[in-house]
Amino acid sequence: MNQPASETIRLTIDGVEVTVPRGTTVLKAAERAGIVVPHYCYHPGIPSRPAQCRMCLVEIEGQPKLQPSCVMTAGEGMNVITQSEAAKEARRSVIEFLLLNHPVDCPICDAAGQCMLQDYAYETGQLESRFREAKLVLGRDRIADDILYFADRCILCTRCVRFMRDVAGEESLIVAQRGHKAYIDTFPGKDLDHEFRGNIVDVCPVGALVHEDFLFKARAWDMDTAPSICPGCSNGCNIEIGAKENQIVRLKPRYNADVNAYWMCDYGRKHLVMSNRGARIDLPLVRRNGELEAVHWGEALDWLADSLPSGDGVALISPFESTETIAAVRALLDSVGISGGTYRLERGGEAQLEGFPKLKLRAERAPNAAGAELFGFSETAALPGPMTGGLLLVAGDRLADAPSDFGADAGFFLYIGSHLSDAARNADAILPATTFAEMEGTFINHAGRIQRFQQALVPPGVARPAWMILRRLLAMRGVGQAVLEAKDAFAMAVEEAAELTGLEWAAIGLRGADAKLDGAPAPAAG
Amino acid sequence: MGFPHSHDLEVGTILSRHFGDPKARELETWLGYGGYEGLKQAIGMEPGEITTVVKDSGLRGRGGAGFPTGLKWTFMPQEKKGPHFLCCNADESEPGAFKDREILRWVPHLLIEGCLIAARAIRAEHVYIYVRGEYFPFTSILNDAVVEAYEAGYIGKNILGSGWDCDLTVHIGAGAYIAGEETGLMSSLTGGRAEPKIKPPFPAQSGVFGMPTTVNNVETLAAVPMIVVNGSDWYRQWGTEKSPGTKLWCCSGHLVRPGNYELELGVPLKDVIYEVCGGVPDGKKVKAVIPGGSSTAMLTADELDVPSTYEGLQEAGSSLGTASPIVLNEDTNIVSAMRRIADFYAHESCGQCVQCREGTSWVAQILKRIEAGDGRLSDLDTLYDLCEQLTGRTICVLADSVVFPLRSSLDKFRNEYEALIGGRA
Repeated sequence: MNQPASETIRLTIDGVEVTVPRGTTVLKAAERAGIVVPHYCYHPGIPSRPAQCRMCLVEIEGQPKLQPSCVMTAGEGMNVITQSEAAKEARRSVIEFLLLNHPVDCPICDAAGQCMLQDYAYETGQLESRFREAKLVLGRDRIADDILYFADRCILCTRCVRFMRDVAGEESLIVAQRGHKAYIDTFPGKDLDHEFRGNIVDVCPVGALVHEDFLFKARAWDMDTAPSICPGCSNGCNIEIGAKENQIVRLKPRYNADVNAYWMCDYGRKHLVMSNRGARIDLPLVRRNGELEAVHWGEALDWLADSLPSGDGVALISPFESTETIAAVRALLDSVGISGGTYRLERGGEAQLEGFPKLKLRAERAPNAAGAELFGFSETAALPGPMTGGLLLVAGDRLADAPSDFGADAGFFLYIGSHLSDAARNADAILPATTFAEMEGTFINHAGRIQRFQQALVPPGVARPAWMILRRLLAMRGVGQAVLEAKDAFAMAVEEAAELTGLEWAAIGLRGADAKLDGAPAPAAG
Repeated sequence: MGFPHSHDLEVGTILSRHFGDPKARELETWLGYGGYEGLKQAIGMEPGEITTVVKDSGLRGRGGAGFPTGLKWTFMPQEKKGPHFLCCNADESEPGAFKDREILRWVPHLLIEGCLIAARAIRAEHVYIYVRGEYFPFTSILNDAVVEAYEAGYIGKNILGSGWDCDLTVHIGAGAYIAGEETGLMSSLTGGRAEPKIKPPFPAQSGVFGMPTTVNNVETLAAVPMIVVNGSDWYRQWGTEKSPGTKLWCCSGHLVRPGNYELELGVPLKDVIYEVCGGVPDGKKVKAVIPGGSSTAMLTADELDVPSTYEGLQEAGSSLGTASPIVLNEDTNIVSAMRRIADFYAHESCGQCVQCREGTSWVAQILKRIEAGDGRLSDLDTLYDLCEQLTGRTICVLADSVVFPLRSSLDKFRNEYEALIGGRA
């Protein structure tokens, strides 16, 4: 810490001395000391701090009452004891109170295993309830088209209400009734249809709010998760993909102060869950005697290495491809003497998150248009053609809207992709590629931030990342090295684009780094 | 005169002199009674001078907590950086209290005058009188007086030609006990739920619309004009060093003459009950007295020989609160009385703090079960433990409010609980 002395204070928390900037709360100071003070209503991304859950009460030497650490400002020389008998007893009683009318339906609750009430209840170890009365039953409600509210599980921390009010900037949720009959509801006459409403499920510390499309889908401990980047638009929100039995079942935003904070939009959530659908290509196919024939990778690549024409041609890529794939396509095109190339980009309406303006559902509904531009591809609305022979290379674009004779006028039609549309079936060779969720790679967002995503799913059949396929093919034709790891494919891309100079795979990490793109504002490092 | 009863222990000179006199509501009559003299004097005084007089008088907040009024005013910023506000708390909602109602009903101009003087003392340009929704008949009386006072130049622009401006708005609540808590009141006043807010920031730093605000009780503000007119020593002729002045009492329950009385602070509680109110009807005995409104600790019949001051009742283990004794006669089932009180607080908990939201209702449910004959001795241990869990851990003191009567009833009338439980473990 390089701040002047007057700007920092020192205090002791559970015997650990810690120095923090003046104005830091006791809860944040404790975090700095490596101590988590249990809490429910406080959320670092929601500005208001009502201090109402009373879970973060701590003892502060010299103060007669326990103090809520989420709002208590740390003072010079303060001695905070989070584990005092009084503080522990206060926490125990909060848990007891919260469980009085709670249905304890963990076996059928989607939050089980990731529930702060469950965790702290275990920690306080109260096996039997002293509550002899009948539990109050409030039932459940559809609070939005796609979100269910289980009132009996709700601990009324009001994070959802305050997310909508403070962050989304729309007072669509309220606490209805009062006292032990209180529950969360939509404001009378108002629907919860905000583009960022899904975040209320993420901020819910218990199982009170559940996305209907995740309802009863997976137990937390049966899910595999991987850090990833939302491909829904060019904002590049950091996400965590939750998968069960190789299907994406849930997306959650992953904190990144420079991109999306704690949030993501509902378009992104839905968009990605949809990616489970469609007929996949799982084997290489080559055209022999007019018929597509499944072959081994070796055979397909040998044949391709020999028969790929040079000199003339066009290329269509997809802005959903990784930077590594786009660089490899560029390298292949360069090797056969084709310049330029196009990509098609869907556009849609925008929606900004009022409380965090960097987060916006952007008009460009693809994650890597910036990467496509970087490697010399330009946006087009039209499909390539008509052609008079030559190479037609399509990478990633699903050609869903292409005419049935698409590619017939090409001399050689190579298709690399994940899904097999009718138009793609016209190709002379079809190479099965993974989706971004099935591989590692990077995307470059609207602001020129390059961000890594990791593999969440196992690819079907023998599908491989397109960069891996293309670099192998190039190596067989005497251009560069074959690579098996994304970091090596990335290093090759860095060598091939001056704007990426200096970027290192490890340094990009899970937070991303800024590429030096022309005209793109460099986001402040933080 | 007192209303509806009077007694020679009554002082009757300050707040209640004109109770029962409908003419006193009219400005013309009120001016004939010496009305607005305090305001005229205050306009000739610096804000600091007004505060000093009130501070010297020892006037303490009559809303229940007894905080020194003049001292509270000094918490307001001396340098103005934006508007200041005065809130008059007329959300009288403590069970047993019905004193502010009588001020609104009989002497609305006295309250208006007190509000304006206080507003001048704290440099406020706007006064809000927050009246509980159930008081709508009295609100219309107040509203009429406000219109008259505006028309006569006592409120508004250039008050009495002094160049000083101050507006006054009457706001009607929607019926929540907790709107009587000052931060809950301000939240409700500005369009939110009546939910208390964590302090700091204190109202004097950030109150109504985020601006410095003072919240005073109706009875407190009504005492101000005559203190300004007559001086602090005059006010101190009544009461004790720490509890000077007079106090409106609200006596209810099993009494021969329940009602409002204005008494000097320090009168023994037993005299209030036996002399002023004539004791218990039908020759019955007192079983318990809840001296300061339902949120205060119960006293037994043997504990009533205490001076009715803030410090006196505190020493007796209870509180003067709003000076609203509820008297329970010997036939009263203490468990039922306590259950009724607990029901009230469970119903009125705003629901923010977990302990209060769940705990008050749990207490009420246990009491209901004991009352119905299905109690266990272990329930008493649970109730005692809940007294611990509900004390001092929440944003406001609503949870503490149920503990005071509950713990005292368990301590002093355990035999009644045990009789209903009948020895079941």
